[in-house]
Amino acid sequence: MTALLEVQNLSVAYGAIEAVRDVSFAVGEGQIVSLIGSNGAGKTTTLRTISGLLRPKSGTILLEGKPIADLAAHTILERGVAHCPEGRRLFGRMTVEENLQLGAYVRKDSGVAADMQRVYDLFPVLGQRRTLKAGLFSGGEQQMLAIGRAMMSRPRLLMLDEPSMGLSPIMTQRIFDTIKELQAAGTTILLVEQNALAALALSDRGYVVDLGRTTLEGPGHELLADERVRAAYLGED
Amino acid sequence: MATLLQQLINGLVLGGLIALIALGYTMVYGIIQLINFAHGEVFMVGGFASLATYRYFLPPSWRSDWWLALPLMAIGGAVVAVVLAVVMERFAYRPLRNAPRLAPLITALGVSVILKEVVRLGYPGATAPVPFPRAFVDHQFRFEFFDGTVNIGSTAILMIVVSIVGAIILQTYITRSRMGRAMRATAQDPDTARLMGVNPNRTIVLTFTIGGALAGIAGVLYGIHITNVDTEVGFLYGIFAFTAAVLGGVGSIKGAVIGGFAIGLIKTLSGQYFPGGTQYDLVWIFVLLIVVLVFRPQGLFGEPERVRA
Repeated sequence: MTALLEVQNLSVAYGAIEAVRDVSFAVGEGQIVSLIGSNGAGKTTTLRTISGLLRPKSGTILLEGKPIADLAAHTILERGVAHCPEGRRLFGRMTVEENLQLGAYVRKDSGVAADMQRVYDLFPVLGQRRTLKAGLFSGGEQQMLAIGRAMMSRPRLLMLDEPSMGLSPIMTQRIFDTIKELQAAGTTILLVEQNALAALALSDRGYVVDLGRTTLEGPGHELLADERVRAAYLGED
Repeated sequence: MATLLQQLINGLVLGGLIALIALGYTMVYGIIQLINFAHGEVFMVGGFASLATYRYFLPPSWRSDWWLALPLMAIGGAVVAVVLAVVMERFAYRPLRNAPRLAPLITALGVSVILKEVVRLGYPGATAPVPFPRAFVDHQFRFEFFDGTVNIGSTAILMIVVSIVGAIILQTYITRSRMGRAMRATAQDPDTARLMGVNPNRTIVLTFTIGGALAGIAGVLYGIHITNVDTEVGFLYGIFAFTAAVLGGVGSIKGAVIGGFAIGLIKTLSGQYFPGGTQYDLVWIFVLLIVVLVFRPQGLFGEPERVRA
């Protein structure tokens, strides 16, 4: 079985600085896969390269076995890869509804209104404030909207970059529950998290990224039990 | 009183013209942060192109019917202006998209000089102002107002109406349509807009297209109102429009329109009432600009500049 997404020996450089040196991982259809690792390890760069915002220096990115590293960002989205970026990056001067409409920008089918309603059902607080500007919302609400916006393109693969950043524990739990629900509904998820404990707990598979390299991999529960992971990322010694 | 009303009308006419050009400045700035100094020349070329449409393409029997000739001249002027704006973006600005901001700015100045000289040397008779046909749409409406007579020409009415209607259509398009949302998204956060599937090049070309069309239409309106066009007007009105856009807040549609009318009114009213008259009217425009920039650097309706993470 070929994986939905396969990244092989990826390296990405900003000028002379190599942020990603050798990252390899695979995401199977229907799985939740997380990339964990400390700040600056190259996780965000990896996601930005997959979604076409950055070009790799070397290595391959395969979506269903076909290379996508040379495609424009909008083409990659049309192929079914949505990216919910770090820091949420909502269009703060636009309303909730406009943000969701932009999420569905590439769609030409008639199901957009129904999908928007689904987001409002999932996050009622967004439904109540659909005409308000997104910039006025709290961090948790903005994260809900960012996830909802990414879902509006009906992606097969949803990439979430630090969805729990800056959120309260309750809100973090809420977001992770939502990720689990999305998986149950058939979406494949690639998760980047500093909150390694929570991320691995719900992941089918995890990869540790360190200094631009994937150094450890395994099923989420095994990595959770791995001493090296516990020492480095879970704050135990 | 009649003089005041007359100057208010004149100010609105001039303001409408400036607003139409300023919209192109403000939209292009909003999306790629480029002050397109060649935009004034797009307006000038639009004027010449509409004149060329009249002289060389309209059958003589159509020329006397303004309802036939004028729309065709407007189309001719707008089409040439759009092509020019899009070609300019593709070959002068796009290769510099990731260059330091000064590079496209200087390129824009260069494009401006090239366009002016090409028209001056290339268009028959353009080394001096070229007369526009005045056989049509110059009906004058006169009415008594308190102590005197007020004059308003049909071309003046057309200028005010077209600029206001154009701005309303544009504002509606930007706020309601799918492409309008894509343009606003690209202006706010280009990378995230790309993650939504917005093709940045297509959005930028559309922006130049709209700006070019409005400048081309402004060129026709200028020609029939002033009854001539010359190669210097691009620079002069370009500066007015640029000032209007900055005054209103670069990036803001509403700001460009209100800035345009403000400058038109200040120019005519100060020319009439302030010491020094029309010799000093430009001074007051730039005094206002400086005052606004000191107290509100983002302009009247602009968003304060934010540094992106």
